Amino acid sequence: MRFDTAPAPHVIGGYSVPRVMFPVLLALVPAGMVHVALFGPGLLLQVAVASVTALACEAAALRWRKRDAGVALRDGSVLVTAFLLAFAVTPLLPWWLNVFGTAAAVLLGKHVFGGLGQNPFNPAMVGYAILLVAFPVEMTRWPVPLDADSAHSWADLARLTVLYFYGGDASGGWDGYTGATTLDSIRNGLDLRYTLPEMLERDDLVGPLGARGFAWINLAALVGGAYLLWRRIVRWHIPVAVLAGLMVPAMVASWLDPGAHLGGLFQAFAGATMLGAFFIATDPVSAATSDRGRLWYGAGIGLITWVIRTWGGYPDGIAFAVLLMNVAVPLIDRYTVPRIYGHPRD
Amino acid sequence: MQGRNRFPAGLVLESHKQFPLDLPIVELPAPPCVVLALDQGSGREAEPVVANGDRVAFGSTVARPGAAGSAALHATISGRVVAIETREAATPSGHSTCIVIESDGEDRRDPALRTHPDYPSLDPDQLVVALRAAGIVGLGGAAFPTATKLEAARARGARKLVLNGAECEPWICCDDALLREQAADVLLGAHVLMQALAADSCVVAIEDDKPHAIEAMRASVAAAGATGITVQVLPAIYPQGAERQLVTAVTGDEVPSRGWPAEVGVTCQNVATAAAIARWVLTGEPCLTRVVTVTGSGVARPCNVRARIGTPLAALVEAAGGYRDTPLQLIAGGNMTGRALPSDGIGLAKAMNCVLVATRADLEPRISAFERPCIRCGDCATVCPAGLLPQQLHRAARADDESGLRGLGIWDCIDCGLCDYVCPSQIPLAYRFRSAQSVLREREAAARKATAARERHERRGRRLEQAALAEQHAFDAARRRALGNDTAARPDAPDGTS
Repeated sequence: MRFDTAPAPHVIGGYSVPRVMFPVLLALVPAGMVHVALFGPGLLLQVAVASVTALACEAAALRWRKRDAGVALRDGSVLVTAFLLAFAVTPLLPWWLNVFGTAAAVLLGKHVFGGLGQNPFNPAMVGYAILLVAFPVEMTRWPVPLDADSAHSWADLARLTVLYFYGGDASGGWDGYTGATTLDSIRNGLDLRYTLPEMLERDDLVGPLGARGFAWINLAALVGGAYLLWRRIVRWHIPVAVLAGLMVPAMVASWLDPGAHLGGLFQAFAGATMLGAFFIATDPVSAATSDRGRLWYGAGIGLITWVIRTWGGYPDGIAFAVLLMNVAVPLIDRYTVPRIYGHPRD
Repeated sequence: MQGRNRFPAGLVLESHKQFPLDLPIVELPAPPCVVLALDQGSGREAEPVVANGDRVAFGSTVARPGAAGSAALHATISGRVVAIETREAATPSGHSTCIVIESDGEDRRDPALRTHPDYPSLDPDQLVVALRAAGIVGLGGAAFPTATKLEAARARGARKLVLNGAECEPWICCDDALLREQAADVLLGAHVLMQALAADSCVVAIEDDKPHAIEAMRASVAAAGATGITVQVLPAIYPQGAERQLVTAVTGDEVPSRGWPAEVGVTCQNVATAAAIARWVLTGEPCLTRVVTVTGSGVARPCNVRARIGTPLAALVEAAGGYRDTPLQLIAGGNMTGRALPSDGIGLAKAMNCVLVATRADLEPRISAFERPCIRCGDCATVCPAGLLPQQLHRAARADDESGLRGLGIWDCIDCGLCDYVCPSQIPLAYRFRSAQSVLREREAAARKATAARERHERRGRRLEQAALAEQHAFDAARRRALGNDTAARPDAPDGTS
């Protein structure tokens, strides 16, 4: 009797790229719910626009590159990019900026390098950085979170969101509804010679957990991150290193000069910290690849984030920190190859 | 020195071992015909010492060790050699020269075979010579000559014997069955091996998913009052049975890269090898039979069979109740490292511990795997028992980056297949690494050949030059002599003119 032959091994575990990507989307749900509850329905619009744009761009790019589009679209990776970009931008972003940013993320961040697995930069952060540099006003206009000002209602925020989404002029009558984020306000306040304790006493900026609005989102993102750790989609090295790289210098600085530096816990629950630590920095394609390399990579992201937040010109630093460390990945990978079994220990 | 009982990384796999162990080992009668591959799985062919048409008896030597790594081969039935030809075989190339013997139905035993109750009086060198003549090889799957391994161990002064009863690969349970039924033989083989090594201790390493085997081995050691022999129970983790991983689990030491376990004072032998040695002592038979697991969803009654080497695999499947459902692949070995064979006419080889008749269900999802680009998740690196970064090796292999491949340890890959198992992009990594290794090996061979040719050419040039020079000297000397004589004799010689 004759048989087919095939190379060993003849069994695999049945893991797949979609099985890595879709849990990531699922893990974003808690943060998304909190986001919608505190900042209005803008996130849902951003996610929808980004997802449609991302899928369309991926399909187009694959067609140009003469690849099978159906298979690649189903792998879920481009949706992760879309979701992360949607979470990173303000919920008040006009739709065409979202389209522009997402297209930049997918086309310039991913497909010019050869698609899935080839991109040296985190695609979502490429899109975010281009948007932030090109449209700083639109990108930094956030709704005042509902936990900061009880006078506003969610329905008002919904109307405002739709107005901005279609690019309407919302200057009249909506003054108190938008503003800078907590991190941005604190940075501006420190520039204006307010002391940090003064800023931290402001009820509209700081709540029981830290930054208004964002602290709760960070908490929810931490829950989602814990789920990813538990599912072993993400391993602990990068998130822990990012948090340590951010919190350790923050703690030391705030201990040395409490009047000028935010503490470690405040930093950890402000801005996009948890989203960055668990969802953005952990993109395996653009991250360092060995365990030790990932510790360096994550620590670098945390440290650069802290530096940008403390002395930089931008309110948050996650995106630039990730992109900068992406550049360092080949170097990190080169110097963090683990010792091979049977080779001498140094 | 007791190890940490654990090697780094690895993975717990679904074992698929229960069914064959419900039955005792089935003794398969002599088949009407055997196909003895000169390469029994070690990758090197032995040299035949019989010719077409020769009559042979059960136990007669039909091939002697040839290239390093090959071992003596014996007729496993009595009859006539009907062909010595290249056939499909369970070897890396897929082929081997095979000696085909047709039975005369008498099953005559070679009169030269004799038992060796006197083995304690043999010195280690004599034992090694005897084991080499008996064609004893590693029955765990490598078919490496035991004698060569013992010599290497003795040269390096290894004093500890590890008997490998880990049997970590899914589906395979022939060692488990052997330990349950013939632990005393394994113990006797251990004594012979210890004597050949002048070893002072022996550890029988068995994974904890084989409680009956552990119990039988312990009982056997206790009953014999054997000293220096202990049973060590290891957690069942693939690839525990890989030699280097086993050495680390048992002793805590790492075998140096591309080195021998003997360099850390250990030598490993499979429990089935020990049992084969015991058979040689007790019955005088060289390596003529082995226990093999015949299993998979494609056979009716999975079981362990003791069969003669060279028995066509179809006869083994027959012993297991024949084919069932739709067998897609016939795999020699387990599902992680086994070799898929093209035909069941191939003869049982010493290296075959398992014949896995796999249906689609056994091969899913590998058989419908869809390869995507590597996303560098690094899951492969977390399970790699060699501590490699398969994702980086993969990248280097794609780029044909030789120095990258070497630097990242392509030669340290033990081909366990775990990187494939966990890869979410379903990349056939192990296959890629094997291919990269063979390309490098070919290039190394070509480079060696080119160097040798260049050196030969240069040597020839020097030789010719020297010969020419010597000839010139001889000619000059002769001329000087001739001229000297002439000048003395002749007044009109050049010096004497003017």
